Amino acid sequence: MNNERYRGTLKNLIRRREFGIFIIIIVVMVLVGLRNPTFFTSDNWKDMLMYVSILAFISIGQMMTIVTGGIDLSVGSVVALSGMSVGIIMRDNPALPPLVLILLGTIFGLGCGIINGLLIGKGKVHPLITTLATMSIYRGLVVVVSRSRWVVYGDITKGFRLIARGNILGINNLMFVAIIIAGASYYFLNHTRKGREIFAYGDHQDAAKFVGINSTRINILVYALSGMLAGFGGVLWVSRVHTAQANTALGYEMQTIASCVIGGVSIFGGVGSVFGVLLGTLLFGIILNALELIGIVDFWKLSVQGFVILVAVIFDAVLSHRVAEQMRKQRRVFDAE
Amino acid sequence: MDKLLSLKKIVKHFTGTLALSEVDFDLRRGEIHALVGENGAGKSTLIKIITGIYQPDSGQMLVEGENAIFPDARASYDHGIAAIYQEASLFEDLSIAENIYMGHQEIRPLTRNIKWKALYNKAQDLIKSLEVNLNPRALVKSLSIAEKQLVEIIKALSANAKILIMDEPTASLTKEEIDYLFRIARKLRAEGTGIIFISHRLEEVFDIADRVTVIRDGKKVGTLSKEQLEVDELVRMMVGKNLKTLYPKEDVKIGEPLLRVENLSRAGEFNNVSFELKRGEILGMAGLVGAGRTEVARTIFGVAAPESGKVYLEGKEIAIENSGRAMELGIAYLSESRGEYGLVLQMDITQNITIPILRRFARFGWINRVEERDTAKRFFDLLDIRATGLEQKVESLSGGNQQKVSIAKWLAMNAKILILDEPTKGIDIATKAAVHKLMSDLAGEGKAILMISSEIPEIIGMSDRIIVMNEGRLVSEIKRGEATQEKVLTAALGEKGK
Repeated sequence: MNNERYRGTLKNLIRRREFGIFIIIIVVMVLVGLRNPTFFTSDNWKDMLMYVSILAFISIGQMMTIVTGGIDLSVGSVVALSGMSVGIIMRDNPALPPLVLILLGTIFGLGCGIINGLLIGKGKVHPLITTLATMSIYRGLVVVVSRSRWVVYGDITKGFRLIARGNILGINNLMFVAIIIAGASYYFLNHTRKGREIFAYGDHQDAAKFVGINSTRINILVYALSGMLAGFGGVLWVSRVHTAQANTALGYEMQTIASCVIGGVSIFGGVGSVFGVLLGTLLFGIILNALELIGIVDFWKLSVQGFVILVAVIFDAVLSHRVAEQMRKQRRVFDAE
Repeated sequence: MDKLLSLKKIVKHFTGTLALSEVDFDLRRGEIHALVGENGAGKSTLIKIITGIYQPDSGQMLVEGENAIFPDARASYDHGIAAIYQEASLFEDLSIAENIYMGHQEIRPLTRNIKWKALYNKAQDLIKSLEVNLNPRALVKSLSIAEKQLVEIIKALSANAKILIMDEPTASLTKEEIDYLFRIARKLRAEGTGIIFISHRLEEVFDIADRVTVIRDGKKVGTLSKEQLEVDELVRMMVGKNLKTLYPKEDVKIGEPLLRVENLSRAGEFNNVSFELKRGEILGMAGLVGAGRTEVARTIFGVAAPESGKVYLEGKEIAIENSGRAMELGIAYLSESRGEYGLVLQMDITQNITIPILRRFARFGWINRVEERDTAKRFFDLLDIRATGLEQKVESLSGGNQQKVSIAKWLAMNAKILILDEPTKGIDIATKAAVHKLMSDLAGEGKAILMISSEIPEIIGMSDRIIVMNEGRLVSEIKRGEATQEKVLTAALGEKGK
């Protein structure tokens, strides 16, 4: 029946999109490499991949919220809050093992996420408004918690520094962690009931309610996960940059959203893939890295970010319009045979 | 106890209106029971009570002998009552199989992961049991409306629904698809499922129903069995009076061509379409769903651009870049789909009717509300729109009444050329006759009407000329006196009819 072809067309399309991003990645890499061969040095790649790894798993958290039709604007602030809090605890308790610090950061993030989840799931406040508010609130708490005394290089213990610098099985810790989280997320979202319910809910809230999907629980779940990943990322962030300040990860949420959008996550919900987000994050990271290497001022980074999001969204709109047209033209009257 | 469902003396009020007044209704095992009545008569309300969306103010409801008044839709679903509406409630980006089993997919006990193979196989089995041809892995968004409704039925099956409610399921289906749907309904009936079937198309009701219950103004007028069914009696019960004629076509002097379309083409939609539309004429455009009629109409209206061909208005060639231009030129288009009626749901009836013509009541930007209201009222009365008043928000009107508001809007625009795409689809008998009379009157005033319809009796009854489209091509032109059902149908079917 024709359906085979349609499913094929759509699956094909997602594959093609991911393939497309892959090609763009290659192209950008070549272009940047030509302009500045430093791009290809292992030091540069190590740095970039460390940055990208953290962005990747926090973007996966973001993806889950976007797939439900919402969004989490507070992730940047959660990264900062968790990073700052853990940094201070580390400074005052240098003997604490790094793993405990990681756990603490993750719990702080989880707490922030649950608050978001409750406001959105139980309070029925719109995700955009909620996370916009908590974005500011959590950011404000960063200053309060630090009492205006940032965490600086001297405060970082050796063990803490190793969180970001160390290796497991030969791969940098951050990359390793990103891969594990990506794998787990893939499994969760594609092979468990709850994961599928997240997509169903994002696709059609009313129909979801009808099959017993609890909207409150789904919301609490995705925002808690997003917050938890951001909190976890916060600790790793501070370990990587050796500092925690009031403006740590300022505007970071935009980067996660950009990564998701490039990776094919639909703003309307119901559509998204972990692999796509990984590719999107990689591309975004490469672009950022490229900007630095080409010598573009920080100032422009923000514009480029926005530009990239715009391009990705327009591309998607045009593409889905074409697909819809194609499908409509191909669709024959249901064959009664 | 072969009564699956039994409602006794159901009463339901809404603020200001008595929606249902002591209504009795019952459904037997293995029966297809049709529910008919005008728009706003109370059918939807009754169904919503059965499915638990509303609760009755008083009265009794028994499901298989047990008292059951459901607090919400989910509760009724859990008790074996499934409903299928025109708008499917499916997850578009997920596969058919996932849609069927969402929320209760089989999982492996230890790892909690979904057993995909089992999922697709079970779905395939259900699909096979209905003897249809669908791929369980297909994404729902790739399906046609008919196929989506099939998926809804399959969902109901998987939930072991004993009572299936079909609310206007055939509205967007082709003849073939309707036959298919009925075949499945009969199969389910044979297995003991009770089906409540709501439709405005009396010929379908005659075709499929074992019993028919008529609701009028919130009261049950009566129930007829298959043997007792007879058009006049049924219509009398629905409307309360005998309808002399459904197709009040008057003889109107037909003038010179107002619109001429020459070799219009759009790849994938229609090819080399040429015809004329004269003043005072009702031109019926027949054809199967998908023949390209709506596409032609939309191109004339400026929604889509023609790839080749010309359009002439009053002899002069025109280019219609967008619908705004079309409206300026006096072309109006009533879409067949409710979502495209162009209604602003949160606004009231008056506002919706007058939106395109506000300039008429606005001097220096100030809207004269009295004039506005008077104009709206004229059409409100003309079309007998059932509402609490002109101030009622359109979103709370029934589908049929929303359509009336949309028609009113176009009429208020005084368009010269009216393209009506399935104007009486989903409309009850009485209003149908009113719309037809209106069309006749408008033709009498010199307007040119292009009526797209899939109801052959309507085409034959109302058109001065009939043009038939088949797979994108205009294959036949038939004059009023010579038109027969066979001629039109054969042309519409094209080669398949031979």
